[in-house]
Amino acid sequence: MRLKRAESEPVSILVIAEHLRGQIRPITLELVSAAKDLGEPAVVAVIAKDPASLADQVDVEGVSEIVAVKVDEEEFENDVYRQAVEQLVSDRSPDIVLVGFTINAMGFAPGLAAKLELGFASDVFALRRDGDDLVAERAFYGSKVNAEIEFPGHERVLLMIRPTSWPPAEGDGAAVEAELDVTVLGSHARHLEFQEAATSDVDITTADFLLSVGRGVGEKENLSQFEVLAERMGATLSVSRPLVDQGWMPSARQVGQSGKTVKPKVYLALGISGAVQHLAGMKTSGTIIAVNTDPEAAIFNVAHYGAVADLFEVAEELDKLF
Amino acid sequence: MKIVVCVKQVAVLGDEVEFTEDERDVDPDYLDFALNEWDTYATEEALRLVEAAGSGEVVVVSVGDEDAEDAMRRCLAMGADRGIRVEAEGWLDPIQVARALAEVVGSESPDLVFAGVQSSDSVQAATGGALAGLLDLPSVAVVTKIELADGKATVHRELEGGLVDVVEVDTPALLTIQTGINEPRYATLRAIKQAEEKEIDVRKPGELGEPSYRVRKMFVPPKGEGAEMLDGGAAEVAQRIKEIVQERLA
Repeated sequence: MRLKRAESEPVSILVIAEHLRGQIRPITLELVSAAKDLGEPAVVAVIAKDPASLADQVDVEGVSEIVAVKVDEEEFENDVYRQAVEQLVSDRSPDIVLVGFTINAMGFAPGLAAKLELGFASDVFALRRDGDDLVAERAFYGSKVNAEIEFPGHERVLLMIRPTSWPPAEGDGAAVEAELDVTVLGSHARHLEFQEAATSDVDITTADFLLSVGRGVGEKENLSQFEVLAERMGATLSVSRPLVDQGWMPSARQVGQSGKTVKPKVYLALGISGAVQHLAGMKTSGTIIAVNTDPEAAIFNVAHYGAVADLFEVAEELDKLF
Repeated sequence: MKIVVCVKQVAVLGDEVEFTEDERDVDPDYLDFALNEWDTYATEEALRLVEAAGSGEVVVVSVGDEDAEDAMRRCLAMGADRGIRVEAEGWLDPIQVARALAEVVGSESPDLVFAGVQSSDSVQAATGGALAGLLDLPSVAVVTKIELADGKATVHRELEGGLVDVVEVDTPALLTIQTGINEPRYATLRAIKQAEEKEIDVRKPGELGEPSYRVRKMFVPPKGEGAEMLDGGAAEVAQRIKEIVQERLA
C-alpha cells in the first residue's frame, strides 16, 4: 500500500509518463534515470483513463511520487496532455519537466513551452549541472556537431529527451501516491483508432546479418545490385527511411524510429548518413560496419568499423569475394 | 481554401567544419543552404489539397534574411502562389521562430497551416507545435495522410514502429507533415522561371522574446569508442568487411 500525499509540494523534476495501449513506454523509465543523473528523485505523472493500472509500471527506484491524473480519454490526445501538463506544472511548480523526444510529445510539448515561456530544448541526450546552471547537450547541423546549451533567465525548463540516451530505471520503488484533478476543456484532435503497420513476408528484425542501404544508392534502378549482393553475402536487405518515402521499398524493410528496431549480429550500412531516427533503430546491433563518402557522416559515431569510400566500388569488390 | 506552409532554408554542413571565434556556432563559410526536405512534402500536400478543392491559395512563409528567399522560390516553383518572408537575422530558437511567424500566419486566416515535422539541420521538431500553441490552433504532429471534411479533417499520425493513429482534428488546424506523405512534384524550368515573378512580401517580425536556450559551446563529437576506420581502396575495404562479417557470424 502506498502512502498518500495531501498537499501539492513543489518538485524539482516532473516526469510525464508516456503509455500506449495499457503499457508504460520504456522512455518513461529512461526519464527517471535522467533525473537520477541530476541527483534528484523523479515525480512521475501518469495521465490516463485508469492511472492506477499503470502506476505499478512506474514504481521503480528513483521515483519518489506518482501523481495520478485521471482523464476521460483512453489513449493519448494532444489537447488532453497539453492541458493536464499545464495544470500539473501550475500545481507542482517543477524546476524541470522531462518528456521523451517522441511522436506524442512532439504534439504537445513545444506548444506548451511556447505558451508558458519555458526554457526548452528537444532531442537532448546528455544533462549535467554546472553550479546552479542546468546544461544540456544536443546535436546540430544534421548531427555533425554537438553543443552544450544552457537556459539563462529561465526558472523552469521543459526538455524532450532522446530515447535510449539513458537506461530505463529498474528495481522496486516505494513511491508515494498522489492525485491531481484536472479540468480538460475539450479535445480538438481526437483519437479514433489505431491501424497496424503494414505486414510482410520479410521480417528484418530476426535477421542475423542485415545489409542496409540508404540515400547513397541514388536511383531506384541501383537497388537491384544491392539486392543481389545481399543474397550473395547471406544478408537480408534493409533500408533507411528515404527509400521508403520514395516508394522504392516497402516499409517492412525500413530500419528506424518509424520503422523497425533491429539488433542483428552484423549491420552493414552502405550509403546511410546516420540520421538520428535511423540510428535509433540499429545502434545496438552487435557489429556495425558503415561505408559512406562523407567522413563526417553521423553513422560513424555509432559504427564499430567505418570506411570513407564509394558504396558502389565497395559493393563491386564485395560481389567478387562472395 | 487557403493553406499557409511554413518553410525553412536549412544549413548543410559538408566534409569540413570550423567554428566561430566564440565557438558557439559553425563558421558560416562552411555551410551550404537548401530547402528543408520536409517542406517539399508539406508544400506538395498543400498544393494537392487546394487543387482538389478547386480553388484557393498556397502561401509559403519563412523566417530569415534575404538568402532564405531561395528556399521559398523552390516552393513557388512547385506551384505555391505567393510568399511572405519575415525578416530576421542570427540564431533563433524554434519558439522565437514561432513567435516571428505567429502574427503573419494568423493574419492570413488560413484554413490549414502546415509545417514540416522537423528540419534536417536542427532536428528540433518544435517550430510547428510552438506556432500552434501561440495561435491556439488545434494541431496534430507527424501527419502521413489527410482527408478533409467540413470543419474537420481525418488525419493519420505515424507513431514509432509504424503504428498509425487515426485522428479527427477540428479545422482550422496546424499539421506537421512527415516525409513520404506524397510524391513531391518537380518544378519545370518554366515554373522555376515564373517563380521569379511571384511575390515575396517582406515583413518585420513580432516580438521575438527571450531565447528558450543558448548555445554555450559547439564542438565536433568524439567518434564512437570502437570505431576503427578501414584503410585502403575499395578492394582492401571489401576484404576487411568480408573478414569481419565471417568472423562475427561464425
